[in-house]
Amino acid sequence: MAATDTVNAPAEDIAADVAEYLEANQNKSMLRFITCGSVDDGKSTLIGRLLYESHLVFEDHLAALEVDSAKVGTQGGDLDFALLLDGLSAEREQGITIDVAYRFFTTEKRKFIVADTPGHEQYTRNMVTGASTADVAVILVDARKGVLTQTRRHSFLVSLLGLRKVVIAINKMDLVDYSKDVYDSIREEYLEFAERIGLGADPGDITFIPLSALKGDNVTEPSAHTHWYHGPTLMGFLETVEVDDERPSQSFRMPVQWVNRPNLDFRGFSGQIVGGTVQPGDPIRVLPSGTTSTVDRIVTMDGDLDVAMAGQSVTITLADEIDASRGDLLCTADAPAEVADQFEAHVVWMHEDAMLPGRPYLMKIGTRTVGVTIANPKYRVDVNNLEHLAADTLELNEIGVCNLSLDRPIPFDPYPGLAIGERNAGQPGNRDTGGFIIIDKITQNTVGAGLLHFALRRSQNIHWQDVQVDKQTRIERQGHRPGVVWFTGLSGAGKSTVANIVEQKLHAAGVRTYLLDGDNVRHGLNRDLGFTDVDRVENIRRVSEVAGLMVDAGLVVLASFISPFRAERRLARERVEDGEFLEVHVHAPLDVAESRDPKGLYAKARRGELANFTGIDSPYELPESPEVALDTSTMTAEEAADIVIAELRSRGLID
Amino acid sequence: MTDIAEKSETGGASAVRITPERLTHLERLEAEAIQIMREAAAEADNPAMLYSVGKDSSVMLHLAVKAFFPSTPPFPLVHVDTMWKFQEMYSFRDATAEKLGMDLVVHHNPECIERDINPFDHGSALHTDMWKTEGLKQLLDEKKYDLCFGGARRDEEKSRAKERVFSIRSPQHQWDPKRQRPELWQLYNGRRSPGESIRVFPLSNWTELDLWQYIHLESIPLVSLYLAKERPVVERDGALIVIDDDRFRFEPGEEPEMRLVRFRTLGCYPITGAIESDAASLPDIIRELFLATTSERQNRVADHDGVSSLEKKKQEGHF
Ligand SMILES: Nc1nc2c(ncn2[C@@H]2O[C@H](COP(=O)(O)OP(=O)(O)O)[C@@H](O)[C@H]2O)c(=O)[nH]1
Repeated sequence: MAATDTVNAPAEDIAADVAEYLEANQNKSMLRFITCGSVDDGKSTLIGRLLYESHLVFEDHLAALEVDSAKVGTQGGDLDFALLLDGLSAEREQGITIDVAYRFFTTEKRKFIVADTPGHEQYTRNMVTGASTADVAVILVDARKGVLTQTRRHSFLVSLLGLRKVVIAINKMDLVDYSKDVYDSIREEYLEFAERIGLGADPGDITFIPLSALKGDNVTEPSAHTHWYHGPTLMGFLETVEVDDERPSQSFRMPVQWVNRPNLDFRGFSGQIVGGTVQPGDPIRVLPSGTTSTVDRIVTMDGDLDVAMAGQSVTITLADEIDASRGDLLCTADAPAEVADQFEAHVVWMHEDAMLPGRPYLMKIGTRTVGVTIANPKYRVDVNNLEHLAADTLELNEIGVCNLSLDRPIPFDPYPGLAIGERNAGQPGNRDTGGFIIIDKITQNTVGAGLLHFALRRSQNIHWQDVQVDKQTRIERQGHRPGVVWFTGLSGAGKSTVANIVEQKLHAAGVRTYLLDGDNVRHGLNRDLGFTDVDRVENIRRVSEVAGLMVDAGLVVLASFISPFRAERRLARERVEDGEFLEVHVHAPLDVAESRDPKGLYAKARRGELANFTGIDSPYELPESPEVALDTSTMTAEEAADIVIAELRSRGLID
Repeated sequence: MTDIAEKSETGGASAVRITPERLTHLERLEAEAIQIMREAAAEADNPAMLYSVGKDSSVMLHLAVKAFFPSTPPFPLVHVDTMWKFQEMYSFRDATAEKLGMDLVVHHNPECIERDINPFDHGSALHTDMWKTEGLKQLLDEKKYDLCFGGARRDEEKSRAKERVFSIRSPQHQWDPKRQRPELWQLYNGRRSPGESIRVFPLSNWTELDLWQYIHLESIPLVSLYLAKERPVVERDGALIVIDDDRFRFEPGEEPEMRLVRFRTLGCYPITGAIESDAASLPDIIRELFLATTSERQNRVADHDGVSSLEKKKQEGHF
């Protein structure tokens, strides 16, 4: 069995001396790369062969491979390397599509981590995930097919994620007679395209390798079939490519993960350095606060370090007692990160539920998690042809450019690569201080990711006007506290009726009120909005904002809106202070509400003349813990109003 | 380079800045594991470390000590015990926790104690399920740990290749592929809905070779069961079982004999097969595992009967 001989050969090569073996092995470097290819380009065959040729396919795996190759292999009894990684195909059958598989192999020079992404619909999400940690991308091209739409898509995503070193692996050269012409024409076509997406700025950035993953040409050994090719083999390239040479020369950055306080005498800031180097005595600026100090010690269990570099996890103590905590960023004082709360960014959507502009999400960047709302996309990018398209939202696997607005300022650097743009030209950027994820506040899922481009000027220049007459002075003048009473429920549940009675009673009691009604605001303030999910969010955002201003003016605002989404009601609640918001769930069973149908809307919706009607073809998310719950099918509107007023009284809003 | 030179001229601390050499793969793996642990501990309310005394747990614990140094790791060690581990594992476990000053939480499924669940009467599958799987759920429910560190690696088995570093579990402790989150850069999402918990695997990107090299380099203490020694053995269904105490039930005609053996994985002693080996030191183990000669390989290849390796391991009782 010829194949087995190949595997075993190196065992003799490696000196039997274990000490020497270990010595050699522990001084290896590490490279992470991503492989991209469409189905059947030969990605599995290639990775399988790399695993196999690196001699780290263990004997039990190998035996399994032989058995499987004979049983289900496609290579007529020869080893079918693709079978070494069938983890993903099994998954595809189960309909689980979310995945990036990580594979490992080691040669005498390097340890490799391969992010292997399956080439189907979920491609963007998976590729972006895999590329986010990769140093190099290997893009497969089938020699017979040349540069395809997929090739362009993969290249764009790679470039977007800031990867600079790319291998174009021109595979299946055996099927085109190892033709130099084929290789040359693919190379030319690709280079032309690469320029458009900012790949290949340095001559050494793109490497074209003619391969046969199946036959092994130029995988680990130079092929006799491609005498015209003088470049490296794929393995040769991967073993020698320089990648992490930039990070130490960037400006020093370390997000604080954890404040280390074993006792009163020690206060250290633990984190992983994500840019530059640091040594004791270096001046440091802590962001966003801006306080400065100098590095006292770099503490590790193996002893204090004289210098530490990007990639290392350390604990830093400072010369001064300053207040820094998890989420802060330690920077070199000479070139600190910027601080801002409004940005332009690329956003990649990763969840089946589309992005809702205006909805409050969480954003995690470095070790800091803050609240964020995303504005309507400026445009969406068609990843296949790079065209910019108009968009109201981003669906799963879509990428767009959006403005972000945070609830607090954060330190950041622009994300390298495409995102740097002209505006930040010349800046190195930093993946770890410019990349972020977006988290849904309710499900806690990671629903998106993004790359920061730059801070919007707006956020740097707007300061709060210091006003002399404030909410407190108004409250004192009028003798009651302000607040929002938010009536939510199905159309026909009785919201407006109850809200009206409550307003009359409050007014009679001398309380200054204002009623905001869903139908009324749609005639004016929100005339431009429809009933899609996106528009509903914007509708509520504007109403919350107006309600917030009125509360500031001292009023008790009665807001009557179907407001079917929890997240939007939460947005309204978060706009005002604790204790100023009263959620009133006005409930009637759907059949009761439908039978009331005061505006004839249910009938219309049932006839299909009204789309997105709550309760019929659009969901109503029940309030989880409303301050007041009213069932109008079991009480009168008058009784319901009294319950609300009693609640306001017991909370001290009114006397 | 220019960047660095300028910095020192403009009043930096020292005249000459020594740029350290590139990090080795083990240094990168170590730094990554430490980053993961700190992130997990910071985002959890009530974290714990699942500690099974084996080599993976030992490396994970060593990394935890490094991650929080000079503080003690801010979580307890949790051992879901079956009462059938090797005696040496118990003494090693207790000594380790004491030496590090960490709390040790040992759980025994009370139902198993009551019904005397053991590998002889109930078979290895039920024994393991009841003591370990059910035991762990009980413990998590009781102690309300919202995040547990585990020592699993992606290279252990093909199907683990896509497991997350932060793996979400439902309130019923189930793993739902649809709930798993994409993991970009080093940004782990440690947030949970009520009742949910997270398993965190800091060794995800380590291979078995990395582990042994690191153990060697860092002189991490291990139970001596990994090293070859003359031990009393009976051979059962092709597996070499080491007799660890007098609870072992011999079958007619079985007679323990002393053989030079060691373990590649550790579990309950009556269902964990030892291998014949003369590897009595760490370098010997590494030689045996990674520098195996042609003939040894071929012998083992010939043994192989086509079942996936994990299934085979299970049959051998390596849980
Ligand atoms: N002739 C030839 N066939 C190849 C080569 N690489 C892969 N294949 C074949 O192409 C098919 C798809 O390969 P596979 O690795 O499964 O593709 P994947 O979908 O990209 O993982 C299989 O039948 C392979 O044997 C090659 O270099 N030359």
